[in-house]
Amino acid sequence: MRNKLLLAVGLVASVVVLNFFLIRLAPGDPALTLAGQAGGASEETLASIRQIYGLDKPLWQQFFIYFGKMLTGDLGNSYYFNLPVVDIILERVFPTLLLVLSSLFISVGLGTFLGVLAARNPHGPLGYFVTLFSLTGYSIPTFWLGQMLLIGLAWYWPYFPVGGMSNFGTEGGIARVLDVAHHLVLPSFSLGLAFMAQYSRVSRASMLEVLDSDYIRTARAKGAAEHSILFVHALRNAVLPVITLAGLQLGQILSGAVLVEAVFDWPGLGRLAFDSILRRDYPTILGILFASAVMVVVINLATDLVYRWVDPRIRTSGGH
Amino acid sequence: MMKVTKRKLIATTLSGALLALASSMVPNTATHAADGGELVLGMGYSPPSLNPAVQSGFGAGVPGTQIFASPLRYDEDWNPQPYLAKSWNFSDDGLTLTLDLVDNAKFHDGEPVKASDVVFSINAVKANHPFKTMLAAVDNVEAEGDHKVIITLKHKHPALLLAMSPILLPVMPEHIYGDGQELKTHPRNLTDVVGSGPFVFKEFVADQHIILEKNPDFFMEGRPKLDRLVFKIVRDRSNMLLSMQRGDIHYNSYTSLTLRDIKRIQGSEDLVATDKGYAGVGPLSWVAFNTKREPWTDKRVRQAIAYAIDKNFIVNTMQLGLSRRATGPIADGSPFYTPDVPNYDYDPDKAMALLDEAGLKPDGDGVRMNITIDWIPGSTEFGKNVGEAIKAQLKKIGVNATVRSLPDFGSWIGQIAGTNDYDLSMESVFNWGDPVIGVHRTYVTSNIRKGVPFSNTSLYSNPRVDELANMAALETDQEKRKALYAEFQKIITEDVPLHFLHVVPYYTVHSKKLGGLPEGIWGSMAPFDRAHWLE
Repeated sequence: MRNKLLLAVGLVASVVVLNFFLIRLAPGDPALTLAGQAGGASEETLASIRQIYGLDKPLWQQFFIYFGKMLTGDLGNSYYFNLPVVDIILERVFPTLLLVLSSLFISVGLGTFLGVLAARNPHGPLGYFVTLFSLTGYSIPTFWLGQMLLIGLAWYWPYFPVGGMSNFGTEGGIARVLDVAHHLVLPSFSLGLAFMAQYSRVSRASMLEVLDSDYIRTARAKGAAEHSILFVHALRNAVLPVITLAGLQLGQILSGAVLVEAVFDWPGLGRLAFDSILRRDYPTILGILFASAVMVVVINLATDLVYRWVDPRIRTSGGH
Repeated sequence: MMKVTKRKLIATTLSGALLALASSMVPNTATHAADGGELVLGMGYSPPSLNPAVQSGFGAGVPGTQIFASPLRYDEDWNPQPYLAKSWNFSDDGLTLTLDLVDNAKFHDGEPVKASDVVFSINAVKANHPFKTMLAAVDNVEAEGDHKVIITLKHKHPALLLAMSPILLPVMPEHIYGDGQELKTHPRNLTDVVGSGPFVFKEFVADQHIILEKNPDFFMEGRPKLDRLVFKIVRDRSNMLLSMQRGDIHYNSYTSLTLRDIKRIQGSEDLVATDKGYAGVGPLSWVAFNTKREPWTDKRVRQAIAYAIDKNFIVNTMQLGLSRRATGPIADGSPFYTPDVPNYDYDPDKAMALLDEAGLKPDGDGVRMNITIDWIPGSTEFGKNVGEAIKAQLKKIGVNATVRSLPDFGSWIGQIAGTNDYDLSMESVFNWGDPVIGVHRTYVTSNIRKGVPFSNTSLYSNPRVDELANMAALETDQEKRKALYAEFQKIITEDVPLHFLHVVPYYTVHSKKLGGLPEGIWGSMAPFDRAHWLE
């Protein structure tokens, strides 16, 4: 586990270094962008903008200043908002985590459940329904589904809000939680559906294999109840590939969140990343990439831990 | 004691949550009284600053003019009206302007608005605002007591009063913004912003919302009418339309909707779409030529392109008749506008004849030349789509165009203003009220400045145009000034450094239940102090 932690730190450090230089290879000058957004500028103003943001210094010097500040927890100020990047990102981490984790919950939970049901009778109507549902869910583009859900459930039948994460003026406590949950339904379902399809396919295949094992036959011979065989005996083994997939797919869900956040105006990191790229806001882009790298690494480590918890064989064999 | 099993507990919690969730799903149908209430304004853009002293444009302008008051404001007929200045007076030689300020205005932190704050603000705007010509003529500003400001000019400056509008001259408290920090990056430009306008800053959340509340100590009695302004930032156009149709958003200016949406809204029972309130900004769309690159150095080639573009198709078909043709460098809402200029009505035969004359004959494949058309990223409807239509029209005269999509605003500025590596560029630029502020910059030789955005990037130079601009900038007689600008417009349209396509079809969409909305020359970039909900 110590090696994995060291590897994770190294990975995050490499992401920081690579991103810093890669982003500067992109065309476009942040000073010109800022001046353009302000409505124009003289040569002196452009020079002053470059000086304020340290863009007049050599690249290597800019890097060491950035890296040095980063070690103290300072990710610099946004070129666009002139607010600390840490504050801007912290505001967005929770919405993104909420969206990603609820989508993950929907996709893994419902997907696995459907997979188990399909595996129980793979050639029955339910089995075919799950296959069809999976194929459809996998084929629908997330942004299109989002738009359709909005038109259907926010306009024709206005049960859900159009966008954002909460209504203005909703006070704290349970009302606030419910308000956020209300706003979360459509985006998390949009994001979760494509992944749900994959989990149902994987868990179905895995369950079919496990259900054919000797110990399941033994359980049946002992007279164990069918739901207990499916959800206790078989699922515990069959769920391992699902967990592996969930860990691996987290990065993809984060990428998918960019689209969903854009469609639903969800105030998360994905939308911020998209906007910051257009604004040439280097410190914010770097901050988001850093935060995403940390999130992916942490969740991969967490997946490892869950894996060990679910399957005692891995725990006892040292986890290799 | 009752035994609560884990399963029961989960079931109870879940059903309770679902019930509460269902109850919160009931659509909002709140009604509003005539005075008070909340107005939700949709914005398609998150501003980097709420202080119009350092940031031009409607992103900062719409909320900024609610927070900051200014010496004057303007009605819809271009007449200055009292605001922080109850009266104003030019000296006989036109070189001194005296402002008499109201004596009951307070900043939102309770401090009185003094003449010294106006002096500070004029100097700060002069030093920091992107429009350098706006206050360049100001030689000296002095406070005489607490309520009198004397502005001395280096030369006559007819644009001075217009430059006193809320969007161009926010009066800032010196004790906050004059604390020695750089004004452009001052932290109070976006958080805890303090002005003396009708609404007080309450909250800013980047990319989400801005909340302003009624200023109870506003110096104009009985105003503002509304209790709260909420600016909701909605980037997605479909969401903006849905939110407006549902009544979640009541007002949107500078068209964060598509023209097709505007057309649909025009038949709506609850919403109204109006193009009033854009005379001040004078938004024009044009195609700019790189006049220092071959073959665009030849006026006949530029004119040929102008004749080959079917403006009526753009206006009536692409833009559903919601825009108007632009004929010259000054927008048709300005008092200096003249329609008496060469029109370049669609005439492909004339275009081909001009190209033949300029030596650009078609090759064996019928191609005369290959060119690029750039457009400002983010302006798909008026940039890319119009560019694609022009590409198709130019093909008919043997010009092969490639519509180049640069990745972002910064790249576009770099290409056009930095390296000048372009043929044609689709642009939408504002007049900003007086030609001195927003028109001269595009045409005068002195504003050919490499790397400077929205300067004279077509690299056009005509000594007579420079002379006319200089004369008009000093002329205080309105009729003589009009005559100078009439010649200015005629020469530019004849020279075609840019070819004018259409007025940007900006629309303000709002609930029919609203009254007293600002519809002067600056539209929504003016105080909402009279805005109210109708009974």
